[in-house]
Amino acid sequence: MTRILATADVEFRIALRNRWVAIAVALMALFSLVLSAAGSSATGTIGADRLSVVVASLTSLAVYLVPLVALLMSFDAIAGEVERGTLPLLLTYPVSRVEVLFGKLLAHLAILTLAVAVDYGIAAAAAFWGDSAAGAGLGALWRLMWSSVLLGATFLGVGYAASALARRPSGAAGLAIGLWLGLIVLYDLGLLSAIVADKGGVFTTKVFPLALLANPADAFRLFNLAASQATSAAAGVSGAATAVPIWASLTSIVFWPFAALGLATAAFRRVTP
Amino acid sequence: MTLTLNSLTKTYGAQVVLREVSLAVAAGERVALLGHNGAGKSTLMKIILGLIPFDKGTLQVMGSAAGSAAARRHVAYLPENAAFHPALTGVEQMHHYLALRGEKASLAMGLLDRVGLASAANRRIGTYSKGMRQRVGLAQTLIGAPKLLVLDEPTSGLDPVSRRDFYKLLDGLAADGAAILLSSHALTEVEARTDRIVILSGGVLVAQGTLSSLRHSADLPVTLHITPHLGAEVAVALALPEARSVAGILTLNCAQGDKLRLLARVCDLGAKVADIDVQPPSLEDIYSHFSKRAGQ
Repeated sequence: MTRILATADVEFRIALRNRWVAIAVALMALFSLVLSAAGSSATGTIGADRLSVVVASLTSLAVYLVPLVALLMSFDAIAGEVERGTLPLLLTYPVSRVEVLFGKLLAHLAILTLAVAVDYGIAAAAAFWGDSAAGAGLGALWRLMWSSVLLGATFLGVGYAASALARRPSGAAGLAIGLWLGLIVLYDLGLLSAIVADKGGVFTTKVFPLALLANPADAFRLFNLAASQATSAAAGVSGAATAVPIWASLTSIVFWPFAALGLATAAFRRVTP
Repeated sequence: MTLTLNSLTKTYGAQVVLREVSLAVAAGERVALLGHNGAGKSTLMKIILGLIPFDKGTLQVMGSAAGSAAARRHVAYLPENAAFHPALTGVEQMHHYLALRGEKASLAMGLLDRVGLASAANRRIGTYSKGMRQRVGLAQTLIGAPKLLVLDEPTSGLDPVSRRDFYKLLDGLAADGAAILLSSHALTEVEARTDRIVILSGGVLVAQGTLSSLRHSADLPVTLHITPHLGAEVAVALALPEARSVAGILTLNCAQGDKLRLLARVCDLGAKVADIDVQPPSLEDIYSHFSKRAGQ
């Protein structure tokens, strides 16, 4: 545990010096401010409290931003050590690779949690400022917060795995962006076009909900939208939120961080310094 | 024995990087590993550290398997071109390494002071020179009284004064019972500072022993330079017909065993000889003799 904490400590310092903490917090805060400003006009027509509406918008935002920030922080984790030549020395110390990985995870997750907390805090403050009944949405906000951290952990793990597999920062960066594009953007587009082609057949009723659960980002969106009162505020793929039971999406978002970190550990073990 | 290797073989595909290498290093012993670039020195060191696997043979570090948690507790490593994260300061980097070995963070300044880095301890490593990074690398090998130090070209990038300080540090560690295995290109440097020399060539251990025993077994010719007195050049040249004359100085090569007989012949010339200079084979000659022999 000392070794994990010591590793987390240096990783946090490095992220602080490299401005990663500032970048992550500023990026997320900026987007949430824009969202709060844009979302404030739609409240009257939906009939939900303003915070719940903000949570629905934040969910669609977090699906893109949390994985992006997580991948940006993690792609260098192992490939960077290989390139700098710091990995061989580190691995001759009495520290296991899992401990190294968890030390990095702890630091990166702390930064992500900080960014998410600031971001959602700003959005919540803005919602309360415009609507005194916004307290009804606090539960949804809290749920969004911890599920965002889980989503972040998943993509940190994915980023570490990419970093270990690529072994070069440039390759790892490309792989990370490719994964983000594939899992977050193209995956949904593919599903949507399949649904259009299927015209309400077996794919739409049986395969589609499973396909959503298999993707950590979609499961995150489903979970938050199904649990919040503002499902109707969401559109597109999110419309399926009602079709999938909440325990299923919850299982998916809890399962994925472990799976991704397992993958990262396995990939890291195969790296010969 | 702190370190024992037996018939260790390592291949990368069809290429044999190390072939049947056997070596033992005892506590308190300083061993220099010599070899060309690509002779397998760094590979051998990384295998000893457990960083890369080997194919055949046995390897034990302090009675444990190389790279096992037990072995890593006792082994310190200084990589060739020691590198650290440029955003950390020297003292922060030392704190991390101390924590990984379960030592107190408060020891960091003392260790940096021992390698002459105390004044730069709070600067980022990104601003350090190569020699300063090398010293951070050296400082981290001193953590927790290691039983085996594996040092890959430890003095590269150090100025002559720092090199002397470095070997003084090593002497202290060896006196405390640490076994030291270091690689180097600077032959004259390891000559006086190590107990034993091991020569690797093309992945094969071609020779090991003290410098004098290597010198003996190489049996390289001794060179004599003889300066005749003015006017006696012709007489000396006639008396030593096998000599080559360059700018009035006669040069002779002879086997170790013939050295005294030849010297006696030169002494017989008496006053005709102004000066005589006996040159034993240099360390470079001995080294290339062993590395070349393996290449054939």
